[in-house]
Amino acid sequence: MKRKFWQNIMATLSLLPAWAVLLVAYTGSMIWSIQISFTSSRALPSNNFVGFDQYRRLFSTSRWLVSLENLVIFGVLFVVICLVLGFLLAVALDQRIRFENGFRTIFLYPHAMSFIVTGLIWQWMMNPTLGIQKSVRDLGWESFSFDWIGSRDLAIYALVVAGVWQAAGLVMVLMLAGLRGVDAELWKATRVDGIPAWRVYISIVLPLIKPMIVTSVVLLGIGVVKSYDLVVALTGGGPGMASELPGKFVMDYLFERQNIALAQAASTIMLITVLAVLVPWLYMQYFRKSGRSPT
Amino acid sequence: MNVSVSAPNSATIAASAVQLARGRKPHKLTAGRIGLYAFLITAAIFFLLPAYVMLMTSLKPMDEIRDGAIFAFPRTLTFEAWWAAWSSACTGLNCNGISVGFWNSIKILVPSVFFSIAAGALNGYAMSFWRVKGANLLFAALLLGAFIPYQVFMYPLVIMSAQIGVYNSIAGIVIVHTIFGMPLMTLLFRNYYAGLPVELFKAARIDGAGFWRIFFWVMLPMSTPIIIVAVILQVTGIWNDFMLGLIFAGRENQPMTVQLNNIVNSVTGERVYNLNMAATILTAAVPLLCYFLSGRWFVRGIAAGAIKG
Repeated sequence: MKRKFWQNIMATLSLLPAWAVLLVAYTGSMIWSIQISFTSSRALPSNNFVGFDQYRRLFSTSRWLVSLENLVIFGVLFVVICLVLGFLLAVALDQRIRFENGFRTIFLYPHAMSFIVTGLIWQWMMNPTLGIQKSVRDLGWESFSFDWIGSRDLAIYALVVAGVWQAAGLVMVLMLAGLRGVDAELWKATRVDGIPAWRVYISIVLPLIKPMIVTSVVLLGIGVVKSYDLVVALTGGGPGMASELPGKFVMDYLFERQNIALAQAASTIMLITVLAVLVPWLYMQYFRKSGRSPT
Repeated sequence: MNVSVSAPNSATIAASAVQLARGRKPHKLTAGRIGLYAFLITAAIFFLLPAYVMLMTSLKPMDEIRDGAIFAFPRTLTFEAWWAAWSSACTGLNCNGISVGFWNSIKILVPSVFFSIAAGALNGYAMSFWRVKGANLLFAALLLGAFIPYQVFMYPLVIMSAQIGVYNSIAGIVIVHTIFGMPLMTLLFRNYYAGLPVELFKAARIDGAGFWRIFFWVMLPMSTPIIIVAVILQVTGIWNDFMLGLIFAGRENQPMTVQLNNIVNSVTGERVYNLNMAATILTAAVPLLCYFLSGRWFVRGIAAGAIKG
């Protein structure tokens, strides 16, 4: 049995790198960055603790307040539109249509591309002088405007359009997987009872695929909180600071504006936001389903 | 507290994600069917239009682009912009084209994909077949870490990588990709191994095989499907990364996405739209190729990854 003992030691050893990553790279970094948020660090970390001063400053920084407001607008619209569009596409694909594979490939391909690519494509499409706007106006619709990236009021919606284009396919795939998991007997039964299909989708199928919806919301929501690339590529946060988001705020203050304590205060707020969504979800997803009650 | 982390049925979800609709296709065209196809085709146009515009723009000379007909087919078809984008596009004062970024991305991609998958496979194997104390806690914590925005870890990781001397180097960015790839890879392999019959493992134990022997000779040879999924996820994920590459790779090793953004967004003077679009297509080419070639494996990857994210 000595051999068995050594083999178990080996298994334990093999997980040491993972423990190191968890403790140093994840936990250590996280604690460190929270710690910095309570100091007066600017370009370099310092150990001069100032309590909640950075948080007070953060919430009186207009750039941050704009970022938060944008996060809500962008987040809600992006998640809701992705969900609705993704669900409709999945339902449409589930109607025994022709070229299902072709359609699915078309709806999902943007998801294979980076947010940088997505942002640059839409920047070109929304180009005020040469983009879609110009082409449509030349067709005779003189008042058409699609120069959202140049507009203070609309730049944030430009992010929504580009984001939806990139991510709706992901929701479609998840929802479709959910729909295909619905028992065929259910459809037979509702047909016998003469219930219209749309009614079945809304009243029976939607509740059945709730796990897929929740997963989609969590995935999209986390994407929203950390979004950085899309903003950088599409609008650069502008015009002015009209399309700034918290994820970009943190990066800018860390690496360009040399104000790391403020940046870390902002990142701590991001962390709290994410955990508030994540912990209940992970709990539901992984711990409750095991059937074993925690003792 | 007994933390038992049950794997959600990723296999079934992934499998149903690639199924086609059951049953015969109806032949009658009713008003409802016409509406359905109208919706699908409208959606398809929305998704395809940007790619079409991008391709057309890249094939036009600049004077044609200045006419402002973004949807028009090129009157004179030219690949000049493609060639220029590849070999002479400028970022700042360097005009060696986006090929520089392409090769940097390859140099980052290959080791990052390898190490993250190797780490994930080993963790997944040790966690699902061996009784290691705290393995469930480790797994749950890694999973949680995978959801937290990179911005939270960024600055301390910069300092740490500078201290061990890998900041601004290929080695640095590879390490960072491995660290951030590990949770998802561990999840994939852990769930996959949980689905393999445990008798297989027991038989190998009885035959006297040890930890590494079982891993290399029994488990890895059976892991081809999940390795394919993992490679697809990591190749697209790492190729498309911008933030980590921007911060950790250093000026000399900027990956393609970072260079692309510099080419397009930090220009002075007239914007060369055809070159920009050609460079954009070139940057998107690798993950797109991966997508079109792998077909349903890509979908399977998303479904498996979606369980985490």
